[in-house]
Amino acid sequence: MGERILEVENLTVDIPVGGGMLHAVQGISFHVDKGETLCIVGESGCGKSLTSLAVMDLLPKKAIRGADKLSLSGEDMRGLSERRMSDIRGNTMGMIFQEPMTSLNPAYTIGNQMEEALKRHRKVSTQEARDRAIYLLEKVGITAAASRLNQYPHQLSGGLRQRVMIAMTLMCGPNLIIADEPTTALDVTIQAQILLLLAELQREFEMGLILITHDLGVVARIADRVAVMYAGQIVEQGTADEVFNRPTHPYTQGLLDCIPIPGKTDRGKPLGSIPGIVPSLVGPFHACHFAERCTYAMPDCTKGDIDMRPALEGGHEYRCLLDPETCQKNAERKGVA
Amino acid sequence: MLIYALKRLSIALLVAITVSLLTFSMIYLSGDPAIALAGESATQQDIENIRKVYGYDRPIIVQYAAWLGNALQGNLGHSHYLKTEVSNVIFDRLPVTMTLGACALSFALALSIPLGVLAAMRPNTLVDRFALTLAVIGQALPSFWFALIMIFLFGVSLRWLPITGSASWLNFVMPSIALGYYVTPAVMRLTRAGMIEVLSSDYIRTARAKGLRPGVVLFKHALRNAIIPVVSLAAVQFGFMLGGSIVIETIFAINGLGQLAWESILRADLPMMQAIVLVLSCFYIVLTFVADLLNAFLDPRIRVS
Repeated sequence: MGERILEVENLTVDIPVGGGMLHAVQGISFHVDKGETLCIVGESGCGKSLTSLAVMDLLPKKAIRGADKLSLSGEDMRGLSERRMSDIRGNTMGMIFQEPMTSLNPAYTIGNQMEEALKRHRKVSTQEARDRAIYLLEKVGITAAASRLNQYPHQLSGGLRQRVMIAMTLMCGPNLIIADEPTTALDVTIQAQILLLLAELQREFEMGLILITHDLGVVARIADRVAVMYAGQIVEQGTADEVFNRPTHPYTQGLLDCIPIPGKTDRGKPLGSIPGIVPSLVGPFHACHFAERCTYAMPDCTKGDIDMRPALEGGHEYRCLLDPETCQKNAERKGVA
Repeated sequence: MLIYALKRLSIALLVAITVSLLTFSMIYLSGDPAIALAGESATQQDIENIRKVYGYDRPIIVQYAAWLGNALQGNLGHSHYLKTEVSNVIFDRLPVTMTLGACALSFALALSIPLGVLAAMRPNTLVDRFALTLAVIGQALPSFWFALIMIFLFGVSLRWLPITGSASWLNFVMPSIALGYYVTPAVMRLTRAGMIEVLSSDYIRTARAKGLRPGVVLFKHALRNAIIPVVSLAAVQFGFMLGGSIVIETIFAINGLGQLAWESILRADLPMMQAIVLVLSCFYIVLTFVADLLNAFLDPRIRVS
């Protein structure tokens, strides 16, 4: 794919809490190329959203961010002033949030909010900003775009608001869009529309897209690469084909076992589930995070940090002590490979 | 918007009618007004005559209609004590009280809104604690005591400000502060609470994700939404202030409606008290109506259905 848009190495997010330090994100590394879709999947509370907020530098005030590398189109974003960071936000890097119902300011019109996004970063007239807003509203499939500009958020449905959010994020033509569960709050019928729209726009404008979701069905359809997160770590990373067809980490296998796949899952066979809960990440934690819930756990699993290691092919990697061949056999036995 | 305004206006009118009813019935609060007017040494004949002259012998509803009709034409009755038209006295004193009220409210808002915003931006810091302290003191201090302290300090000891009268703008400084400080805590705490809530809302995060400057995020996106409940509160507080001005005007010997009310209560000058209550209530009603319209202007969810 070529040009590297975002490079993140060893990203950590720590949050001081009553009983000590919550290590919410623990040394995450990933990258996004131009025109590429990276899906970050994982269950609630695994640190997906914090990861995206950390990249945008929009973390809650008390959260502490650390990284060995955090660069956007070659520019190091670590230690940038708030002023310089705000020049980047909404300009070369945009974000779409989970809650379209509350993510737009109720006091201003759609047009006002879209125009200000462009005017903040470019020297344009109101008319030019307006034209761009109308163009983008039409792009995201909103009819009668010109009259929508004068409407207030409460006059639009959730699906429409999320379309507006997407259009607003595109105002400055960003290189990277981070979409944090953009469809979770929407009706099922709208969800697919919005995701396909995102994928379409991403192809057309050749942006990098980070899609954060826990919907594996979505991931399978639009992801180029997938990073599976569990309890603050990436436990498996690879192309969509690698992760879906040859899942290696026991957690990924368990996750895939939980969803029915037409043609693959036998009718009448109970769906899988992963017993147990996510471990607490407060305080030091040097062991496999998944060991407690893993059917293949061995004594060595809890004796120290587990590193990422290459799987059978390409850039596919995972975080487990079991060798790739054994994992592959386990996957086949489970029927998820 | 028009429908909303009309709805609010009709509510305001209903309140006004209720207030006029209550005000009218004030006359009968202390028993038969004719007996009260006639005095202790009056004969039954005198009382009957007074009843006839003042029209107290008519049915209540007729008396009310006549009184309301007169009031609407600006004729608020005759003061038995001052032997003059009530409306003349009231409209003479009204500007003074309104000036005081406006100054006090301006002072209160100018102090409490910036302080509330600052406190919300840095919750649990020194600024926040300072604002909280100021609020607690304001809430706890009786305004008459605070006024006396100011008189002692700035009027008597330092001799910076005049302590009585309403001759120049300097005379209004201390009364405005004394009256305004009283409403500061509520407005400040509401601004702070509103701002803290709004600042943690999703649309503020969106605004920041667009890269907007902190000032734009704070004033355009946050304050506009946080100020909406403050507007309603300010209107209510202004009403309290009109009541509070009775005390403050008496302390600073300002010739306004408040002092007039105080004097009229002492003289049992019922028509005067009646008129003052009516006028102040009407101001309150108008103010609430204006606050409603202002809220509709600020919040499109009210304005555009």
